[in-house]
Parts: sequence; structure tokens; C-alpha cells
Amino acid sequence: MIKSRSRWTHRTLMLLLMTYLLLPLLATFLYGFAKEWQTTVLPESWTLEWIREMFKDVRFLEALWTSLYLCLISIALSLAVMLPAVFVITVYLPKWETFMKGLVVLPYAVPGVVAAVGLIRTYSSGPINIAGTAYILIGAYFVVVLPYMYQGIRNSLLTVSAVELLNAAELLGASRMRAFATIILPNIWPGVIISTLLSFSVLFGEFVLTNMLVGGHIQTIQVYLYQRVGESGHLASAIAISYFLFILVMSTILMKLGKKVNREVER
Amino acid sequence: MKARNRWMLLGLVPFALMVLAFQFAPLLSMLTGSISKSGASGLTFAHYDKIFHSAYYLKAIKNSLLIAVYSSLIGIVAGLLFAYSITRFAPKARDRLLMLSNMTSNFAGVPLAFAYIILLGNNGVFTLLFKQWGWDIFSGFNLYSWTGLVLVYVYFQVPLALLLLYPSFYGIREQWREAAELLGATRWQFWTTVGLPMLTPAIFGTLGILFANAMGAYATAYALVGGNYNLLAIRIGSLVAGDVVNQPELGSALAVLLALSTLLAVFLNHQMSKRSQRFTAAYASNQNLKGLRSRKLRQGAPAQEGVNP
Repeated sequence: MIKSRSRWTHRTLMLLLMTYLLLPLLATFLYGFAKEWQTTVLPESWTLEWIREMFKDVRFLEALWTSLYLCLISIALSLAVMLPAVFVITVYLPKWETFMKGLVVLPYAVPGVVAAVGLIRTYSSGPINIAGTAYILIGAYFVVVLPYMYQGIRNSLLTVSAVELLNAAELLGASRMRAFATIILPNIWPGVIISTLLSFSVLFGEFVLTNMLVGGHIQTIQVYLYQRVGESGHLASAIAISYFLFILVMSTILMKLGKKVNREVER
Repeated sequence: MKARNRWMLLGLVPFALMVLAFQFAPLLSMLTGSISKSGASGLTFAHYDKIFHSAYYLKAIKNSLLIAVYSSLIGIVAGLLFAYSITRFAPKARDRLLMLSNMTSNFAGVPLAFAYIILLGNNGVFTLLFKQWGWDIFSGFNLYSWTGLVLVYVYFQVPLALLLLYPSFYGIREQWREAAELLGATRWQFWTTVGLPMLTPAIFGTLGILFANAMGAYATAYALVGGNYNLLAIRIGSLVAGDVVNQPELGSALAVLLALSTLLAVFLNHQMSKRSQRFTAAYASNQNLKGLRSRKLRQGAPAQEGVNP
């Protein structure tokens, strides 16, 4: 008796929470398809005009493309730099791990606005003047995804027992480089893909650094969205929805992959 | 390390260069900027002096602190309630609910502010509806004001608090409750003497993250009220990258103050998570890291702070 009553309390609570969390999303969704929506709970008539307009807008497609390639370049760079670094630290210099952890947590503690202030001051004059260019943004993005990349790669290395694997490979006569390329890399790949996707969705939603560092020069999808908000609500809704759908697909893939990797580790 | 492995250290060089160039150099530059004279050489504390004697900047600091404290407190209370509730569900339903909360915690920044404008802005759907229905409780409500900001901040604090807190509830074993009941404790007594004390480190740690999250939040406020509302993060943004007057030194000094507050909050979280690890270690070890999110969260990461809502 008491059990079933408490179950209903929890169900009601969760229903409330989900309504609260999903309502803004739902409203944006409806608004993106609404033609007339003034005085009723649901829109009076529907249209696909906003979606069509969105795809016709060259600036939207350009912003999407800019976001995509900036994220891809930053993540490729991050992988190229982080894979060897985390490998060396985890396998050869475990004493440095405490130091690394402190270093890696720093981007969390330093908000984007603060980071942007320093970056602008460092690179707007002097020998390396890259303010307002993609280079400064890629550098900033590298720092943003640093924690995710470090944690993801390190955890994968530990779960596959990289040290033991390496020793075994060496006993069998493989060189270090060969062992890394043919044994460690394929084994940590699933974990690395997850960190990559996570980093990608984080960067795709980045606004502060992008707007402050290169706002006037490079338009990513977030900066574009910000500019459209003032112009047409319906169009901006359509853009927000497609952005959100993208994030949704991303997190579903992440969840599925995460489960798969965990299962494999357990086996 | 064996001599023949020394060359492996080369793998660290690009990493060290990137971190120096894009993490340490900017932080150092911000520190030196905050104490150097505007447009001249030499050291000065004039910028800090100016901030602490300016009603305007003090107000910005106060507003930021207040909104951070309010939204974190509301977030933590709601988060605790929902986190407990979510542990009462069967694993499958629980995973789905967690995924939904996780998903919405990605919904921050510009798109979030925008969704609220559609709902509750001057011509928002609900604003018009309520007017039509003659509900005047909401007529005094203004999204572009203090209450509006708190409302939007709470939106991204609640799922974050929930995701950070729910693992700690698993540290409290069902057997302990049974033991307490056998010894004659009431539910209330169990929670006040066993449950809550065990959750305390996690609660304070999460508060630290929520506070830092709200202090550093820029995009949401910026997209909602532009430069109009006097918040610390917004003041910094307009001093450094504004179109009117650039005062990078003053902006740096404000940024140093903001960074100090968030660093302190994250440090608090770090200390607290060390404590709560003692309780949750057993759980974490056989749970084998439930997916990525929890991994990311357990090391004390503000979920979306990488993006600064």
C-alpha cells in the first residue's frame, strides 16, 4: 500500500521534471513549424516554410560548414597532440599524473569569458598576431576539449591494461612504435571515438569564445543563430531545432557506443 | 625510465607547447594586464582600486554572486529531490530519464535563451496566452529582468545537479536502512543521522560546480539581455571585446576576480569529492563507469561549462 503510493509520488515528480525540461524544447519545435500562433495553446496552422527558408539561406549553410570544419580541425589536432602525450604520461611517467590532472581540470575552473580576455591580450599584438583568425580559435578549442580528451584516452589506456600489453608485445620482439600502432591504438579506439564525439558536440555548442575571439570575422552556427534571433523568430526556431536534433543524434550515438564499449570491457 | 625510452618524451613536446601557448600564456597575460597601466608601462593596482570604488562594478559583482547563489541553491534542492526520485525507478526507466536530463543539459546558451523568449518573452506564447485568459499573476513578470534570468539559470542548473548527485544516492545501501529500521529508527531519523551526513560532501561539491557554472555563464545572459544587464561576465565581455570602448586592463582585473571565485568553487568541489569518494568508491568500482557522462561528471566537471551556458 505504502509502496505503491510512494511510487506514484516519484512518477509525478519525474513527470513534473520532464515537463519542465522539455517544455522549452517543445515550444521551439512548434514555433519552427507554426504559421499562425497567437492566442491558442497549439498553433492554429502549420507550415514548412521556415525549414525551407533555412535551407535556402546561404549564410546558414556557410555557418554550418564553418562550424563543421573548425570542429573537425580542432579535434584532429587535439587527437594528434593528446594521443602520444597521454600515452607517454600513463605508461612511462605515472608519477606525473597528479600534475596532469590539475592541469586538465583548469579549463573547467576558468570560464570562457576569462579565457577569452587572456587570449585576446596575448595574441592581438606582438610577434604572433593571430587575433580574429581561425588559428586563435583552434587553439582555444584545443583547451576547451582538453579535459574530455585526456580523461577519455587515459581511461581507455587503463581499461585495456596498456602497460601489460606493451610488455607482452616487447617480449615477443615488437618495437615500441610498432606495439603502439598495432596493439595499443586499435584497442583504445572505441574509447577514443567516444571522447571525440563528446568533444565535437561540446565544440559545436561553443558560443562565448567564438563570439569574443572571432565574432566579427568567422560565423559559426551559434554566432549565426545569435544574429538571427533578433530578426525572425520562426526561422531561428527552425535553426535551433536542427541544431538540437544534431545534438540528439550525437548523444544517442554516444550512449550506444558507451554501452557497447562497457560491455566489451566486462567480457 | 630506461635510457632507450627517453625519446618517448618527445611525444610530450607538442602537448606542452599547446598548453603553454593557449592556457598558461593567456592566464599570465590576464594577470599582468590587470596590474599594468593603461597605455603606458609600469605596474599599478589602479584597476582593482577603481573596481572596488565603483558602484557600477560592485553592483555587477553583487548581481553575479546573487544569481549564482540563488540559482545554485534552487538547483541543489530540486536536484536532490529528483536525484532521489530517479534512483527509485527500474534501471531501464532510470536510464531513459537520465538520458533526457543529460540531453537537456546540452540545451544551454543561445538556443536556451531563445526558447525562453518564445515562451515567456514580450510576445511569447505563454505571455500572450495568459493575457488572453486574463491571468494577471504573470502580468508583472518580465523575462529580461532579474527573475527571468534566475528562471533561465535554474533551467540549466537542475539537470546538472541531478546528474552530479544521483550516483551518491547509491552509496547509501538498502541494508543500512534495513539495519536502522531494525534498530528502531524512523525514516526521518535514518535520513538525518545516516543519509544526509553521507550526502553532505557530494552536496557541497555539487554546489561548488553549480556556483562556478552560474558565475561563468555568459552566453545565456548575453543572448537574453545583451549588454543591458549588469553581470560580471557581461561587463568583462563588453570591456574587452565591446564595440564602444576597449579597456582590456580593467577587463583583465574583473576577469581575475571572476576566475578567483570560480577557482575557489572548483577547489571546494575537489576537496569534497575526495571525501565522498570514500563512500562511493565501492559503488563506483563495481559500476564500471556508467557511460561517458558520469565519467566526465565524477571528476568534477561542470557538464556544459566547456560551452559556458
